[in-house]
Amino acid sequence: MSAVERVFREAYGQAVATLIRIFGDIALAEDAVQDAFVVAGERWRRDGIPPNPAGWIVTTARHRAIDDLRRSARGRELHEQLGAVDTASQPSDAGASGEDGPVKDDRLRLIFTCCHPALKREDRVALTLRLLGGLSVEEVARSFLVSGSAMAKRLVRARYKIKAAKIPYRVPGETDLPSRLGSVLSVLYLIYNTGLDDPERASLRGEAIRLARALVELMPDESEAAGLLALMLLSESRLPARTAEGDLVLLRDQDRTKWDRTMIEEGQGIVRACIRRGRPGPYQLQAAIQAVHCDAESFEATDWPQILALYDHLLSVMPTPVVALNRAIAIAEVDGPDRALTPIDAIAKELDTYHLLHAARGTILRRLGRRQDARDAFERAAQLAATEPDRRFLARQIEMLGEDEAHIRSTPR
Amino acid sequence: MAQYLLSTFEVQGEVPGAPQRPEEMKAFMERVVALEDEMEATGTFVFGGALHGPDASTVLRAGDRDVIMTDGPFVEAKEHIAGFYIINAEDLDAALAWGRKVVDAIRHPIEVRPFRATGRVQA
Repeated sequence: MSAVERVFREAYGQAVATLIRIFGDIALAEDAVQDAFVVAGERWRRDGIPPNPAGWIVTTARHRAIDDLRRSARGRELHEQLGAVDTASQPSDAGASGEDGPVKDDRLRLIFTCCHPALKREDRVALTLRLLGGLSVEEVARSFLVSGSAMAKRLVRARYKIKAAKIPYRVPGETDLPSRLGSVLSVLYLIYNTGLDDPERASLRGEAIRLARALVELMPDESEAAGLLALMLLSESRLPARTAEGDLVLLRDQDRTKWDRTMIEEGQGIVRACIRRGRPGPYQLQAAIQAVHCDAESFEATDWPQILALYDHLLSVMPTPVVALNRAIAIAEVDGPDRALTPIDAIAKELDTYHLLHAARGTILRRLGRRQDARDAFERAAQLAATEPDRRFLARQIEMLGEDEAHIRSTPR
Repeated sequence: MAQYLLSTFEVQGEVPGAPQRPEEMKAFMERVVALEDEMEATGTFVFGGALHGPDASTVLRAGDRDVIMTDGPFVEAKEHIAGFYIINAEDLDAALAWGRKVVDAIRHPIEVRPFRATGRVQA
């Protein structure tokens, strides 16, 4: 990555957010910031990077935008509205730090606009990656597996709705904050998980962590934002051990020396701070579960009763079948596999098309010695699995069952 | 200040969840009157109303020589607008906050849609 690219990534979201505050128009802000980066590409190569590159981009983009406004008809129209929009929506901040300077909250306002629940979920993700992440339209398109032109159209539609419906550029007030923050967090987590599911889109994981970090910096009092960052860090820390030569490695069999200790320490530190605050929520609890796993030197040394207690708590605040499934897996470790079967069967119908339900069921049935039932479960899981490593892993489980059977048949009774 | 249309729909001639018994009707009316009082007191209320069903509608369209009249509705659909409010609101969040109050009062879904322009067309 060149110096300009690095600055680009860091400054893009900030610059776009600031320009939107000043001009009240997303498209104008984006165009101006892009122009500024083109100018930067030429100027900086010649003169070197200025001492405050982000500030340079904002100032240059602002001049560009004003030129644009003066030139175009759209501009004259906008210019007339501008005074009203600007002073009505942002009376104090602009004055406080000089209208040119970035205001710390600009990015925060923008993320709440991009993640507004009145927008389609996939549009929220696309806008967040484009406007705050600084990804190009092509890059966003790739992360959605759609063409660049389809993504461009989608972004135009989403920007149109923001403008036409007057989705505000503002951090929501106390009443709306919990649900609106929930939408922001779920967008960031979706970005992370998209990067997790598909190696082609792995860079989205780093993007999601970067955005979560920015969010925590902007809203240091929101425990769930911190919880989400910790959850991502702790999940990320174990990734190097999760596959070996392209094959999936279960937590039980992972080489724990490959786990990233720096990330684990950061994640666990956040979890401890969250616990001290005492306002648990779904992301913090999931992070706490990951923190317990990361604490254990081996699978056997895992504090399973602690994990089960955390899942009990999580299920009470987030009663989804997937949480119930993970809790059942913890029950198998604490109370034995026979105790896990009933809770799994209770959600089997709801999660019938979820391959991990059948994989977990297969593992438990195998431990109970019910080989044929285990085989059926693994075969169903293999039919449903979406990725090649998952299918290979499940095929291996089925093979191993065969070996067990062969072993038993050859053993004299 | 922007204006928004808050509309509710009937599905195949029925408004889902509409009050049936007299006491339900009374409670419904009380909620709606309280809501509209609040809308009026805050300068939010512009206009509102409940519509007759699509069977009562007539469609007019320009023909070659004359305007042609046919029995409505304009679109044969399962859903038709049953009633609406037009409100003043600062932005979408403000409009949605009123939308929530409307849903609480009438207890069926509504659509919130911004006006592109209101009032008389300026030449």
